[in-house]
Amino acid sequence: MTDHSQSPDTQPSKHAGSLLSPSPGTIKRNRAEARFKGYGIAAIAVGLLMLLVLVFTIVSKGVGAYTQTFITLDVELLESKLDKKGNRNLDDIKKVTTFGYAPLIKNAFATKLEELGLETDLKAKDQAKIVSKSAAAQLREYVIANPDMIGKTVTFKFLTNSRVDGYMKGRVSRESIAKDKSISVAQLDFVDQLVAAGVIKKTFNLDFILGADASDQRPEAAGMGVSMVGSLFMMLVVLALALPIGVAASIYLEEFAPQNWLTDIIEVNISNLAAVPSIVFGILGLAVFINYMHLPTSAPLVGGLVLTLMTLPTIIISTRASLKSVPPSIRDAALGVGASKMQSVFHHVLPLAAPGILTGTIIGLAQALGETAPLLLIGMVGFIASNAPDSLSSGLLSPNSAMPAQIYEWAKRADPAFYERAWGGIIILLVFLVTMNTVAVILRRRFERRW
Amino acid sequence: MNDMTFVERTVDTRQTKIAAKNVQVYYGETHAIKDVNVEIEDKTVTAFIGPSGCGKSTFLRCLNRMNDTIDICRVQGDILLDGEDIYDKRVDPVQLRAKVGMVFQKPNPFPKSIYDNVAYGPRIHGLAKNKAELDEIVEKSLRRGAIWDEVKDRLDAPGTGLSGGQQQRLCIARAVATEPEVLLMDEPCSALDPIATAQVEELIDDLRQRYSVVIVTHSMQQAARVSQKTAFFHLGNLVEFGETGQIFTNPEDPRTESYITGRIG
Repeated sequence: MTDHSQSPDTQPSKHAGSLLSPSPGTIKRNRAEARFKGYGIAAIAVGLLMLLVLVFTIVSKGVGAYTQTFITLDVELLESKLDKKGNRNLDDIKKVTTFGYAPLIKNAFATKLEELGLETDLKAKDQAKIVSKSAAAQLREYVIANPDMIGKTVTFKFLTNSRVDGYMKGRVSRESIAKDKSISVAQLDFVDQLVAAGVIKKTFNLDFILGADASDQRPEAAGMGVSMVGSLFMMLVVLALALPIGVAASIYLEEFAPQNWLTDIIEVNISNLAAVPSIVFGILGLAVFINYMHLPTSAPLVGGLVLTLMTLPTIIISTRASLKSVPPSIRDAALGVGASKMQSVFHHVLPLAAPGILTGTIIGLAQALGETAPLLLIGMVGFIASNAPDSLSSGLLSPNSAMPAQIYEWAKRADPAFYERAWGGIIILLVFLVTMNTVAVILRRRFERRW
Repeated sequence: MNDMTFVERTVDTRQTKIAAKNVQVYYGETHAIKDVNVEIEDKTVTAFIGPSGCGKSTFLRCLNRMNDTIDICRVQGDILLDGEDIYDKRVDPVQLRAKVGMVFQKPNPFPKSIYDNVAYGPRIHGLAKNKAELDEIVEKSLRRGAIWDEVKDRLDAPGTGLSGGQQQRLCIARAVATEPEVLLMDEPCSALDPIATAQVEELIDDLRQRYSVVIVTHSMQQAARVSQKTAFFHLGNLVEFGETGQIFTNPEDPRTESYITGRIG
């Protein structure tokens, strides 16, 4: 029995030493842990910093697009210019082009200067140039809508030229316009006089949010509104197609389909489709929907169809995940009381998975809302200054743009005034995306059940 | 085994409710149930006992074709309910499951109100013509589930908010609500504390008045307390089947004896 003294039990313990003084191994381990925590905090800090920089840049550059410089003028709608025959015949009034309205604006400046007692060396033609090119059109639209007002004096609020607007916002200065042919130092002095007199003012511009795009020459008149409507119609198409198709496909694959090589292949392909670059869907849409099916180019319907293809994998994957998360015991319980497979899915599994499905759908929609690349290929990018559509079918079929495409289009144009509008547009797009994601989070929090 | 008390039981010749003949079950390549023959009587509690993985739950799930939901599971042989083969091609498993109800190991009430939990089965089978009839069925079922007094004032409360034992009795009430003829119970007390277990066991003894009850259990004491007939499964074989009293006091097979005395399993 002397062997007992050599048994392993009697060897000194590896954990010898006081508990109060940590062993070298413990110290090393704790240091590694502290380092790892440090890395994590640093990573999050870098991320937050980037986010702050991003938000700050976007807001500081884009907020200017929401205010616009306006000039208030009293325009006498001269009968001699607008309706020579004096019979108020609308057809005759329409024959007067916007060029015919230019003298009225010049006259309005002259009256205004006289009224304020201001003096300037600027020629009448150059005075009128500080007003936007859209002013004459604005006058003409008003006259055509109200022919009775001809001969009277009406107060109008015109947009100013984008250079004047830039000057008011500090983007344009006397030094920076040295080589600029569209505005002169004398004109800026004139603007200063009018600002002092309260004729030119910078105010909030609702037309940027609700209006349509404008041509290269008139950045001051461009707005996001119509492209927002285009995006809305595309989202309607995506929601109407991707949600039912996606949910039906996921329910079949998750609950009914047998497990075999075919369903395996489908599953792998759906996962792969989710990672396909969106421009590939764009060229597919171009080939199938436009070249083969001859659907109209630039139409939100086509855009919606392409984005549906792009969103489907996202919706299917998230729906399957939320169906999977419903515990099998619920299915057993339903089957156990004699429910059919379909009853168990529709009465129990689907309602429980609904918040997850909705969240996935909203995230998919938000993704589609911000997508630009496929729209490039089906012609939804470019100068599309249509008016807001008046019916569902024209909304779906008439050419339109989409929010991200509109932003891309502005960013591409030469005039720096458009650059500011691109940033402003990004703010609108981000507000939409943040709202949708918030709704998704709220839905999930609100309706999520725990077992 | 001396601490077990056996209830005096009158064992008369009752009608056979379910008869299994030469049943084989395969999970893919695995032969899970080997040639099982058993006759389950009406208005009797039959217990399936045996070590983990012996196939007792698998066999139980064959009795209402719950194994159909598992793709790789194949069942051979005949299982007759009242003389009709439940694996016949013409049998709709949904109709079968309305006749052969099931209670699961883990209480699994639907995340709905207590009332809706019980009313669900009658609703989908069209057992009630109107709300009053449905109310009646729900009350009757909850009474049979021995839970009526505890929940009658809060039928609109979620079923998932009850305690584990209450949930299990709710599940039994839910199973009873569809007027089944056979109740299958897969270890109904394994997730419950001793007091809840005692309540459920008492309930099972009541249920025997109306239904043929088949219960799978890990606890031999439980089998001895609630059942009249006991089947002992081991490695996929039905080793011994007979009167509970006889199985526990005088087993014929040495494997049964080893198991009930705690030497295997």
